[in-house]
Amino acid sequence: MKELEYPFDGGSIQKKKRSLRRTLLEDGRPRINKKIALLAGSTANEIKDMLELFLLDSGIQPEFYLSEYDRWWQDAVFENKELDEFSPDIVFIHTTSRNITAFPDISADKAEADKLLDAELEKFNTAWEAIKRKYRCPIIQNNFELPYFRIMGNRDVFDRRGRVNFINRLNTAFAEHAEKNDGFYINDINYLSACYGLDKWSDPLYWYMYKYALCVPAIPEFAYNLASIIRSVYGKNRKALVLDLDNTLWGGVIGDDGPEGIEIGHETNLGQMYSEFQGYLKLVKNSGVMLTVCSKNEEENALAGLDHPSGTLRPEDFVMIVANWESKDRNVAAIAKGLNIGEDALVFVDDNPAERAIVAAQIPTAAVPDIGDPESYIRVLDRSRFFEITAFSDDDLKRNEMYRQNAERAAQQSKFSDYGEYLDSLEMVAVIDDFLPIYIPRITQLTNKSNQFNLTTRRFTEDEMRTVYGDDGYIRLYGSLSDKFGDNGIVSVVIGKQEGGRLDIILWLMSCRVLKREMEFAMLDRLVEEAKRRKVEEIRGHYFPTKKNAMVKGLYGSFGFERISCDADGNTEWRLLTDGYVPHSSHIRIERNE
Amino acid sequence: MEEKEIYERLNEVFRDVFDDDEIEVSAEMTADDIDDWDSLSHITLVTAVEDEFGIRFKMGEVSGMKNVGEMVRIIKERG
Repeated sequence: MKELEYPFDGGSIQKKKRSLRRTLLEDGRPRINKKIALLAGSTANEIKDMLELFLLDSGIQPEFYLSEYDRWWQDAVFENKELDEFSPDIVFIHTTSRNITAFPDISADKAEADKLLDAELEKFNTAWEAIKRKYRCPIIQNNFELPYFRIMGNRDVFDRRGRVNFINRLNTAFAEHAEKNDGFYINDINYLSACYGLDKWSDPLYWYMYKYALCVPAIPEFAYNLASIIRSVYGKNRKALVLDLDNTLWGGVIGDDGPEGIEIGHETNLGQMYSEFQGYLKLVKNSGVMLTVCSKNEEENALAGLDHPSGTLRPEDFVMIVANWESKDRNVAAIAKGLNIGEDALVFVDDNPAERAIVAAQIPTAAVPDIGDPESYIRVLDRSRFFEITAFSDDDLKRNEMYRQNAERAAQQSKFSDYGEYLDSLEMVAVIDDFLPIYIPRITQLTNKSNQFNLTTRRFTEDEMRTVYGDDGYIRLYGSLSDKFGDNGIVSVVIGKQEGGRLDIILWLMSCRVLKREMEFAMLDRLVEEAKRRKVEEIRGHYFPTKKNAMVKGLYGSFGFERISCDADGNTEWRLLTDGYVPHSSHIRIERNE
Repeated sequence: MEEKEIYERLNEVFRDVFDDDEIEVSAEMTADDIDDWDSLSHITLVTAVEDEFGIRFKMGEVSGMKNVGEMVRIIKERG
C-alpha cells in the first residue's frame, strides 16, 4: 500500500490508522498468521497499531499479546498462563533506557560500575532464558537509545560512571548476545533514534503524559524497522534490484552524451555522488541481492556506460541486463520470469516518476520507491529495508555467481539435441542426507522463501527446525547440487513425519534455480530408500495450492503417486507404496554426508 | 487563523482519526459524544491535531481540555 511504503508520512498514517487497517483487512490478500507477544516496559499500544499495519502490508496477519504496563519482566519470567495459552511465534521485548534499573553513581568506582552493568545484563538474561525455555521462538529485543543528558558532558562517553558509557557498554553486550544466539535479534533503536534525532525521540513530554518512552510521532519509523525484522524472519524479503541507467546509475543520458559525457567518478560533484551510489549497490550485491538493469537504451550504449573506467559497477555485477525500447513494465515482468522469481521479489529503481508510475500500476506487487534526487537514493533504498538480513548463509554471498552460472548452463543446453545428454554433460553430483546442524540456518531460510516449488508452503522458524532435527519421528533430507559449472549449495528440503508404517510428507520444496535438473527425482529416490530402511510401507504426499505453487500441482502424479483425495479448495492427497519402487534418477550421482 | 477554518480542518482530523465521515465537530463536543474517544484514541487525536496545525499542546492542556471549543481556543492562541 502506497501510504505505508518508505518514505512515508508517519503523521498521516497515525491519523488514518483505522481506515488503513480496514482497507488492508478487506483487500482479500492471502496472509500468514503470526502471534506476536509484545512485552513492554512502557506504553506500547501505538506500537502495536503501527506494527499491525506494516505487517499486514507485508503479507503477515498478526495477533497480539500485550503485556500490562511495565510488566514485561514479570510476564517473561514468572508463570503466565495467559501467555502460555497464547503460545507466541515471536516475542518482542520493548525496553528502553527508561527501564534501566540503576546507573552508576558519580561516586562509584570501576568495580561498582561493572557490578551494576552485570546486574542489568543478568536481569535481561533471565528474561531471555525464560522465554527461550518456555516458547522456543525468536526473540526481538530493543537495544538502548542514548540518554538525553550528560552529567559530565563529553567525559560521559569514556568514564565508567557516565550514562553514555554505561549504555554503550550495555549495547555492546546485547550485540554479543545476538551474535552468539540464533533466533535472537536486536531492534537497533540506538541507530533509529540517532536517525530521527535524539532530542525529538526522547521528548520527555510523551513519557510524563502517556508513558511512551519515545515520542509518539516517531512510532511509525520504529514500527517499520521492527516489521522489517519480522518480515525477514518469515522470508518475505525482496531479492533483486531492477535498476535504470541514465540519471539513476550515472548523471546524464549515455545515448546523447556518449561515455565521455556522463557524470560518474571524481571529476564532478554529481559524478562523485553517483560513484557513492554505485559503491552502495555493489555492497548490496555482495550481501546476496541480485542486480539487474532495465533501461531504455541501445544495449551497446548501456554496456559502454557500465564499462566506464570511473564506474564501480561492471557489466558482470548484473545477472541480467535488459536494454531496449520496450515499455518498462514489460521488461520488469520479463526479468522476474528470466530469474524465475516472483514479481513481488523485485525493487524497481528509476529516477523517472513516469516510469515508476507505469511499473507500479502494471506490476502492483513490485516495490517502486520514490527515490527522490540522487543525494537521497541511498537513504531511501537503505531505510526501506527491502533486504533486511536476519540470517546469513554462504549462499547469500554466492547468489549472483550462481545465477550467472545458470546463464552458462543455458548456453550449454543449446548445444545438445537430447535433454538427457545435456543433463549428463553437466556432471551433476548431489549430496542428499539427514540435516547437519550447521545447515539449519540455510535450510530454514530456503524453507521460508520458497514459494513456487513448494508443496505445502509450511514455514518454520530456526527453533522449530531444530525441534524437527532433534525428533526421531521425522525423516529429514536436505539436498545440495553441484555440477561442472559450480556449486548451487542447498537447493531442496524434504521432511516426512512417520507414524508406524506410514510417512506423511509435510514439507517438500526446491529452489527454482535447479528446475528441470531431475533433482526432485534424486530427492525422491533417497526418501524412499530412507523410508524403506525405517519400515515405512506407504508414503502420503500433500499438495496445498497457493497463488504461487501451481507448478507442482501434479508433482506427486509425475512421481507415480496415486491421488486419493481432493477437497473443494483443491487440496490433494497422494499415496505411494514403497514396495516395488523403481528409482527415477539417472543423471545425478548421489552422495551422503561425509 | 479564523475560527471557521480551524473548525473545518479539525473536522477532517476527527473524521480521519475516528474513521467516521458523519462527525460534525462543535464547540460543546466532548469525549462522551464519540464512542471511540477513549484515552488511547485521545493520544492519537492530540498528535494528529498537533501535526495538522504545527503546534504543541502543553502537559496540563492535554488532560485538562474540557471540550472541542477549548481545543480550538488553544489552537487559535498558538497558531
